[in-house]
Amino acid sequence: MSVFEGFRFRHVSSPIHRRDPRVKFLYVLVMFIAAVMFNELPVLLVLFFLQVPFVLVAGVQRQWLRSLRGAMFLVTFLFVFNLFFGYISPGTVPGGVSPLEYAFSMSLRFLVLVESFSVFFLTTSPDHLSLALEQSRVPYEFTFAFTTAVRFVPVLAEEAQTIMDAQKARGLELEKGNFMKRVRNYIPILIPLIVSAIRRSLELAEAMESRGWGAAKKRTNLYVLKIREADLMLIIISAILLATAVYVRYFVTIPSITMILSK
Amino acid sequence: MIEVKNVHFTYPRGEPGVEALKGVSLNIRNGEFVAIMGQNGAGKTTLVKQFNGLLKPTKGEVLVDSVSTRDISIAQLARKVGFVFQNPDHQLFSETVEEEIAFGLRNFGFKENTLKRRVTWALNLLDLAEYRKTSPFMLSGGERKRVALASVLAWNPKVVILDEPTIGQDHRQKEILRQFIVQLNAQGKTVVIVTHDVEFVAECGPRVVLMAQGQIVADGDARKILTDPGVALRASIVPPQVTQIFLGLTDLGLPTDVIDVEEAKKVLLEHLEGDKR
Repeated sequence: MSVFEGFRFRHVSSPIHRRDPRVKFLYVLVMFIAAVMFNELPVLLVLFFLQVPFVLVAGVQRQWLRSLRGAMFLVTFLFVFNLFFGYISPGTVPGGVSPLEYAFSMSLRFLVLVESFSVFFLTTSPDHLSLALEQSRVPYEFTFAFTTAVRFVPVLAEEAQTIMDAQKARGLELEKGNFMKRVRNYIPILIPLIVSAIRRSLELAEAMESRGWGAAKKRTNLYVLKIREADLMLIIISAILLATAVYVRYFVTIPSITMILSK
Repeated sequence: MIEVKNVHFTYPRGEPGVEALKGVSLNIRNGEFVAIMGQNGAGKTTLVKQFNGLLKPTKGEVLVDSVSTRDISIAQLARKVGFVFQNPDHQLFSETVEEEIAFGLRNFGFKENTLKRRVTWALNLLDLAEYRKTSPFMLSGGERKRVALASVLAWNPKVVILDEPTIGQDHRQKEILRQFIVQLNAQGKTVVIVTHDVEFVAECGPRVVLMAQGQIVADGDARKILTDPGVALRASIVPPQVTQIFLGLTDLGLPTDVIDVEEAKKVLLEHLEGDKR
């Protein structure tokens, strides 16, 4: 469950934690767009390391590293997949780039996406998140559904652990067998998990309804989000980042590592 | 059978410095019937999870049949020590009750014809034969609990651990469960139940191991432990209602170690007859 661990919020305070969640989301969005705009390894490396100062300022490096480690399985999958198809159909790889470099950049792009979202979730409390959504005029039903989903991740993780224990006590060995067998080993874990999640959601809906959910048309909030100076700074940083990304994309030819090495 | 030697345990992801078990030593002999009691968070479940290797001691050692739980896989231990979890919904996943019961047997590599025989045996044992082809998700709470129990008993483990078996059961189901457990034990199986249902334990009359804050505070016969108000207070449990009445009537010269309703009737009748004479 280490992937979830990398997204779980802990109550600490840092300049990053205190930023307006909307602004932080803008920053994540810019990172996201930038990562999708490029498939060149040098740029993706820059994007990857650009986040490190944020992580250090927020003081969440341990959880951040854990989320990266959790993503390793998918990263390896992406890498092998891209490498394989890069060799059997070279048309999918851009000119002047070796399939190996391309596979590297595809995996790194995924990592950049994971790390930016991880930083966002690690430094934003679920309450702040719902506030941000609400005050961006997202209907409350959606906001609520979203924050409930986020809030229940640790609960589900814990439940998955219990289910794993229960099935191990019946002789299930998760690490046994070849790849397909190992995937199938997870069926006895996933079915009870999904069934109990559905049961829980029905119960939650009934409990909410009996407490008058949705009775008032217009809701007010105890806390109101305000954009401060430091938030403005982050907006400016994001804007510069986006502008630079667009500029580099259209006006700069990026050398590939393959070309640099072959010179 | 199960030897717990000065076991300490700290959850790796829990709050640092909080020990769930602080030096627990316990011996469970073959064929014994033990109830592990105590309030929430006393360490009951943490302790029994050591018995089948789901948790390994941070310090100390647990021996099952003289083999340390560290030297043997959970699956190998599970073959000897069956563990029925509190919530049956945490383990049911098959399309039919029959398949559900066969799951453990398959994991332990039972041959197909032995497997069929064992499934039928377990279905009959828990009165589930009519649900053989039913989906476990369609059954009532009590029935699901029985399926979970059958799915463990099917491979006939030497020891059966039941975590909170009485939760969510109505009176009748509890009584059936009680008779079933007592019968299992009478047939020589070692039974360990984890519970805070005092009345249930009083009716079963097993050896009681009382826990509080990660330690064993009392260990002995149910009658002795459950009727001792001092011990009960330390572990935050309340003596059975019958016992409470007798504890309040000491002025009349009545005994205080009564835990059973039938027994209470007899003692009271004798006392009243004595008064008449």
